[in-house]
Amino acid sequence: MMTVLRASGLTVERSDGAPIVEDVSLSLDKGEVMGIVGESGSGKSTLALALLAYARRGVRIAGGSVRVAGTDMLELDAADLRKARREVVAYVAQDPGAALNPMLTLGTLLTEGLAGGRAEKVTRAREILRKVGLPDDEAFLQRRPRQLSGGQQQRIAIAMAVIAKPKLIILDEPTTGLDVSTRAKVLDLIRQLCISDDLTAIYVSHDLAVIANVADHVTVMYGGQVVEQGRMQEVLATPRHPYTRALLDAVPSLQVRQDLRPIRGRVPAVGEAPDGCIFSDRCDYAVDACSTQPALRLVGGTQVRCVRPELAQTFEMRPQAVSRSERQGASRPAVLQADGINAFYGHRQILFDVGLKVEPGRCLAVVGESGSGKSTLSRCLIGLHGNVTGEFRLDGKPLPLTVGERDQHARQRLQYIFQNPNASLNPRRTIGQSLAAALVNRPEASGYGTIIAEALERVGISPDLATRYPAELSGGQRQRVAIARALVANPGVLLCDEVTSSLDVSVQASVIELLRSLLADGLGMLFVTHDLAVVRNIADTVAVLSAGRVVEQGGADKVLSAPSHPYTQSLLANTLQLPTEAVPAIAPRQYVGGSW
Amino acid sequence: MEMTLTTHQRVRPRRASGWWRLWASAQVRWGVILLAAMTALVVVGPFVAPYDPAAPVGKPYDVPSAVAWLGTDNLGRDVLSRVLSGGVYLAWMAPVSALLSVVIGAAVALVTAYYRGWTDLVLMRSLDVLLAFPGILLTLLCVSVFGPQPILLVGLVVLTLMPGVARVIRGAAIPLLDREYVLWAKAVGTPGPVIILRELLPNVSSPLLVELGLRLSWSVGILSSMSFIGYGIQPPAADWGLMVSENGTGLGTQPFAVLAPILMIILYTIGGGLIAEGAARVMARTEGKA
Repeated sequence: MMTVLRASGLTVERSDGAPIVEDVSLSLDKGEVMGIVGESGSGKSTLALALLAYARRGVRIAGGSVRVAGTDMLELDAADLRKARREVVAYVAQDPGAALNPMLTLGTLLTEGLAGGRAEKVTRAREILRKVGLPDDEAFLQRRPRQLSGGQQQRIAIAMAVIAKPKLIILDEPTTGLDVSTRAKVLDLIRQLCISDDLTAIYVSHDLAVIANVADHVTVMYGGQVVEQGRMQEVLATPRHPYTRALLDAVPSLQVRQDLRPIRGRVPAVGEAPDGCIFSDRCDYAVDACSTQPALRLVGGTQVRCVRPELAQTFEMRPQAVSRSERQGASRPAVLQADGINAFYGHRQILFDVGLKVEPGRCLAVVGESGSGKSTLSRCLIGLHGNVTGEFRLDGKPLPLTVGERDQHARQRLQYIFQNPNASLNPRRTIGQSLAAALVNRPEASGYGTIIAEALERVGISPDLATRYPAELSGGQRQRVAIARALVANPGVLLCDEVTSSLDVSVQASVIELLRSLLADGLGMLFVTHDLAVVRNIADTVAVLSAGRVVEQGGADKVLSAPSHPYTQSLLANTLQLPTEAVPAIAPRQYVGGSW
Repeated sequence: MEMTLTTHQRVRPRRASGWWRLWASAQVRWGVILLAAMTALVVVGPFVAPYDPAAPVGKPYDVPSAVAWLGTDNLGRDVLSRVLSGGVYLAWMAPVSALLSVVIGAAVALVTAYYRGWTDLVLMRSLDVLLAFPGILLTLLCVSVFGPQPILLVGLVVLTLMPGVARVIRGAAIPLLDREYVLWAKAVGTPGPVIILRELLPNVSSPLLVELGLRLSWSVGILSSMSFIGYGIQPPAADWGLMVSENGTGLGTQPFAVLAPILMIILYTIGGGLIAEGAARVMARTEGKA
């Protein structure tokens, strides 16, 4: 086997000397895929860029070597480096919408930088378009990125990376912003290219389920260090580092509703790692020996950085109580009911006769992909979409369609939580001020400070953080604050619009656990999502939305175990799961059947 | 101090107060020092000036000498004395007009951006008319009718600058309306004026400060050119802008009569610009880089 990539002792530092990536070594043979996995802030993207001999401003590659197919990337001068980044290593960024110049045609984008005559270049472009499963006619070459869907854009980005036949391609979270079925297709494409073109690739992601579906090897990064490295099956079947175990436990399963185990605390900031083992402050099994930093050592075929590598399996670290099924019981009077919702954008109809019911203490999941109208639906319910007809009832009383016509009580009872935690809080106001703004509408409330502190405690945020600004919190913390802001209004129904989809898997787990506990408090919940594994873990009833119509509706177990509509079936088939060897002994394996 | 904005920054120790953080910026500090020095000069200047700024002390366009350190101007008056006394008008008129244009412009911008509909249509179209109407013509007209009173001049500068400010701030505010925190505020029934003040205004503060610095230099320029065409501050008063226009013809023989007031104007604008730009940077930093 020919070794394509050999990186050793790679170290990347901030200008003040604090390490972002510490002494990382990777080796990859031709035709293999290496997954790099870790939470946000673990240094995985910095590592990926360092393999291109690139470092962001204020960051430098301080040591080590990167050899790709005989080229020493760190020794090249500027001109050779540019050439090498096209012909030796190529890079695919997370957001193709931002990575592709919107003003250039696809033909120009693809052939830019290729040598040869025009005819030759066009032939090459068509060949590559066919390969990535896109049309190859002249009209398509004349289109511009914004005329394509997100999935098509990512295919173009991949085509641009492979057209110069690089020895290695680096994919940095290429499927993170995509719908489940688009994601499945892009992953298929990458796998297929690896086989047909003997492509060698590095695949960076925070989601082990994605990595498990595409990679041969895996490197688990934490705090800039490699904590575990080995063959994919090996690591999945016998994870030896508690962090790997924790990442696996955070992936929600499609088959059973389990207790998700979030990782407490957060990834240490650069320069603030604890002494000794870097994971020790978040590890539930840390002992005194963990105060000295363990070296990476070979244990049973995988490299592990843990003093007790046998621990992650011998201890029962799996979730204890599993298989909680949907909340059964007599149907209670709906807290929020909507019938015959028709919504429009201009003359285009987005929703067709949608009806739904949210019960107290229950969660209704609205499932669909982008363009299905699920976000419009939640906006209609909160009263922000003006162009809508239908009938809403809140606590049995008629509810006006728009927020302007609703009374203060109704506005308080319905609270909305947004997808993007970065934009849902005013960046110029402290956490406490943002929460106080929600209280202004509760004239009877006295002692703002106490209510705010209680709400923050409820979502697991220290009340001390009330004086901080949103930019000083992590994404998961911001989402918790957004939930706390909804709670201070003392709501009856929470409308959650994709609240976990922009979060890391480990953070998603903690938010789902929080929402579950709120359900147990008796709140009604509408949970909009495209991720069926999340649905399995939180919802009691499901409404599947396709092209503005509810195509399937029913109890969560029933819909997920025996879907009747083809659209639901395809959504299920495309939902990525950890391979079964990674899910040992999940208590009673439920019936898994149906056509998928 | 360049600090790299990586996603993981050191946890800031204790949040320093806003003013302290402003002062910590070298840019702001130098701007404040410069502006304070200029203000001191303008205020104290008339008292330490060696001669009466209106009295001739020698022959016209005399080069610097022991009698007149910076030479004399077109009427033989001492340039140094005139420079020392000539900042008063600019020193209050420029900042006042800049501030007023930014305040009024921002108010118009935020109100039209938030309410849209008729408010937007009427206000923004009127601004377009103002933008299209030549400022110079307006100045000539008003000054001919009412005479060159400082208040009127300030009003004219505001009329000229305000529409531009409104356009820029409106452009910065419109994307904010789709932000989730604004939607949230609407969803819980927050009244419009509160949303404008609490959710929108703080988030356009960076462009607002940049505008303030920019418009300060523009006001200086407009006020000086009003003096230059003879419709601003009237002779024989000492005024930097006026001096530039009076002594333009003698630039070859006695450049100091023009260069000295120009240098004053430049230092004054740089001071304002540094503060505004530095403040905008400091604020952007608290926002962090997502």
